[in-house]
Amino acid sequence: MSAPPRLLEVRKNVLKQNDVVARMLRERFREQGTFVVSLVSSPGAGKTAFLEKTLTLLRPHYRVAALVGDLATENDAIRLARSQAPVKQITTGTLCHLEAAMVDRALEGWDIGELDFLFIENVGNLVCPSSYDLGENLRLVLLSVTEGEDKPLKYPTIFNSADVAVITKMDLAEAVEFDEESVKANIQAVRPGMRHFAVSAKTGVGMEEYLQFLAARLAEFTLSDERSCRGRM
Amino acid sequence: MHELSIAMSIVDMALEEAERRDVKIDAVHLELGPLAGVVAEALLFSYEMACSGTPLEGSRLVIKNVPIEAYCPACKAQRTLTSMQWFCCPECGTPTSDIIHGKELAITALEVRDECTTSPVGSA
Repeated sequence: MSAPPRLLEVRKNVLKQNDVVARMLRERFREQGTFVVSLVSSPGAGKTAFLEKTLTLLRPHYRVAALVGDLATENDAIRLARSQAPVKQITTGTLCHLEAAMVDRALEGWDIGELDFLFIENVGNLVCPSSYDLGENLRLVLLSVTEGEDKPLKYPTIFNSADVAVITKMDLAEAVEFDEESVKANIQAVRPGMRHFAVSAKTGVGMEEYLQFLAARLAEFTLSDERSCRGRM
Repeated sequence: MHELSIAMSIVDMALEEAERRDVKIDAVHLELGPLAGVVAEALLFSYEMACSGTPLEGSRLVIKNVPIEAYCPACKAQRTLTSMQWFCCPECGTPTSDIIHGKELAITALEVRDECTTSPVGSA
């Protein structure tokens, strides 16, 4: 016979293991001076096309590389490799999101200190990736003009976990009667103050403003690191 | 659908605790915020699967839903938000992204019984 039940108070973060690895990665990225940007979106929002364009445009000026998550294929890595930047595929099998430990494993053999920017393309999914910190410095959430203006309202958690929104496929905006003002209002409703960019990887529209933003964030990141190094001396 | 891997983490953590304290677990209490990105129904269903074949089989998962609380810069106060589609102070309407609660995904308590029977032999 067992004794009557009693309540035992504990406090355990269920995702602690992931958070610990993510913190370690972030620290490593900071030490090495690598600014890490992750991309999340639904499948088909244009993450890979957008990232390919980003890598191609950044490569003449910065040292860039990318990790790309996919359930089954290596197609995205092959597409991204056309940018001439180092690219590694993370095949997740049946897993619907990337976790910090997968990023850590994928980085084995890469000299992170040689990079200015590292991009991490998550698996196409607007639900699960929101729970997992990957150690990134900036999380972009992408939505394409064909997806409907209310996407931020339908997936508030992922928009809330992200830092910046990127509206993609602007070259199709007119054809689908895309209402940018409405999306802007919906983004602000779920994440007040969130910055957004409207781009087309195909025509290049909006890319310059976004790349300038990235460059400014990298400069800020490097500067704050130099300051904290000086502070420690 | 990542609830199964989350349920398995919960089971692993609870089992570790049970072993360490030499107790049997009747229920696991969990705090869940709407911004954790986890669906309660899917988690309950997955929990049952994750428990099967473990000493936690037959135990319950008790989920306490935590509301989203944010700091309102205008009121200078902590407020409970009324909707995930409207991150604004419910009192004055000021937008806020300063979230204090709502991302919780944590085990807070275990309903346990002291294990006073000897464990069965030959389970290997």
